[in-house]
Amino acid sequence: MNSLTSNSLQAIGLAALLAAPFVIANDYLLHIAIMMLLWGLIYTGWAIMGRFGLVSLGHGALVGIGAYGTTMLWNHAGITPWIGIPVAVAVAVAVGLAIGFPCFRFRITGHYFALVTLALAEVTRLMIVAMRDWTGGSLGVTPNSVLSPDNPVSLYALQFSSRHVWFYIILACWVVGLIIWRAVDRSMIRYGLEAASEQEDAAASLGVRVTRIKLIVTAISAAICSFGGALYGQYQLYINPETVSGIAISLQIVFAAIAGGMFVKLGPTVGAIITLLLAETLRTTVGHDVHGLDVMVYGIMLVLFIIYMPRGVVGTLAALFDSRRDAFDAPTRNKAKKRPAGSARTPA
Amino acid sequence: MTEILTDPFLWETIIQGLLFGGVLALLSLGLNLIFGVIDVVWICYAELVMVGMYAIWWLYVPNGVPLPVAMLTGILTVALLGVILHFVVIRPILHTEPINQLLVTGGVLFFLQGAATLVFSVEFRTLGVFMGSVEVGNMMFPWTRILAFLTSLVAVAALWLFLKKTYIGTAIRAISQDREVMPLMGVSPSRIYLTTSALGGGLAGLGACLLALLYDIHPAIGLSFGPLVFLICVLGGLGNLFGGFVAAFIFAEFIALGGYYTEVEWGYVMAFFFFIVMMFIRPQGLFSRAR
Repeated sequence: MNSLTSNSLQAIGLAALLAAPFVIANDYLLHIAIMMLLWGLIYTGWAIMGRFGLVSLGHGALVGIGAYGTTMLWNHAGITPWIGIPVAVAVAVAVGLAIGFPCFRFRITGHYFALVTLALAEVTRLMIVAMRDWTGGSLGVTPNSVLSPDNPVSLYALQFSSRHVWFYIILACWVVGLIIWRAVDRSMIRYGLEAASEQEDAAASLGVRVTRIKLIVTAISAAICSFGGALYGQYQLYINPETVSGIAISLQIVFAAIAGGMFVKLGPTVGAIITLLLAETLRTTVGHDVHGLDVMVYGIMLVLFIIYMPRGVVGTLAALFDSRRDAFDAPTRNKAKKRPAGSARTPA
Repeated sequence: MTEILTDPFLWETIIQGLLFGGVLALLSLGLNLIFGVIDVVWICYAELVMVGMYAIWWLYVPNGVPLPVAMLTGILTVALLGVILHFVVIRPILHTEPINQLLVTGGVLFFLQGAATLVFSVEFRTLGVFMGSVEVGNMMFPWTRILAFLTSLVAVAALWLFLKKTYIGTAIRAISQDREVMPLMGVSPSRIYLTTSALGGGLAGLGACLLALLYDIHPAIGLSFGPLVFLICVLGGLGNLFGGFVAAFIFAEFIALGGYYTEVEWGYVMAFFFFIVMMFIRPQGLFSRAR
């Protein structure tokens, strides 16, 4: 695919998205579209580091910090989300770096990294529950609303009653997320990290500053995911510890990104579309009486994806259409039949 | 200082913590075998325990099967499930990075949770077995917890002897060191994985027996103790049965004392923080030997 057709395809896609709210008259469908873009943004943020073998199960913590940080500052200190969101994002980036630095320094990688970050996700969820006087505990919390029938828009509180407004806001953020992805994809960071995920010592000996570039992608990823969490709180006007933090949401992020394809730009978004469509279809067809079926189907799909399609839907399609893909595009997760080099964790 | 030492409630909390540690130690035992010794990650381990609990409940409460028979069947069910898990889900990707095994069993986690919700609904189920308590001074200790504590002591000793003294135990320890060379030494890897998966599953089933006596059963119960059990195995030093045992008690005391001084959640928070800090101080685990 040459760059001209690629650019025109992108332009057509964006135009279609911009026109979407005028075509989708249905409020429910528009809500689903918003959720797809919002989770697409969060999954993209995760995949920015996940694609380099930094499989974090702690991103639930970052989404939670974004959502709760913004809401707590608004509810208890009256600080506008325009300041609250940057503060919450900064806190999430700091937390990400504080966990990331020792992990990268001591070469905690692979499934050990996943388990350390899993502990972070649980700590965050439990802290939100434990601070129930402020956060409302497991019942969740609602950002104090300033909206009323006379006042459907508040720029100061970043609250809008119109779904159309939200659609465009989140669409813009999602596009920025993809632009960041592309910037990382075209930078030297990508090559350094792909080298490091294969053979960290060899990469370091060639002058790749492994810890430093890992921290850079961690910071970018933490910023996007916590920002997504903050937007989620502002849009839904309700958050609770289970839906924005903890192990369940962390696994949801990882799996959606894998299902869509975490090595390609649109993969995580397609993952969001697939998982939301699946959940909504099962919910509307099977109905509310049969609980658990959607989770079951979801689980089976994940098993099949990881065994038979580790590149995800978009990754597999792209590989089929684009045979020119070189070795750089077949990164760590596809090292099938290859022995893991040395022990997964090299103690310092 | 003396007031602290003579505070009977504090002592009761500490001993309750010890007994809770016994439960955690028993739960982490099977995982330590699978995750620690053969280095395969079953992130759905706690969900296997949940399946065992439901099996015992289903046999005992609606069907009236005697409790010991129900428990034995529960253990066998989970052992079988462990074997199925290994040969259907993990084997196709056994030779890829361990993170893939973690993720694929994550799919199984959702599947089992969904299946439990579908079959048994989200209602809390209870065995309704009360074994009474022991009274020491003014302190009450339920028999079920003492039983869990003693069972975990016996089980950890038995597993240690099995791994050190038997031929198949030695083979299990050897396969974790080199998956490719083992077949050349005349040991069939699939037989080893069959034995280990069945044994790991069986230990999960044993954990289920005691957990079913102590707690109500619901589809999300796995998520409440799953992460804890994983961190205990890592903290104790993978494959180190003694380390995992001690780590279980450290975690339990954090949670018990946290609950005593503030709230239970803060106990968990402190335990998890302790884990994160320890990972950076001793990434090989508290009591690791050079591997």
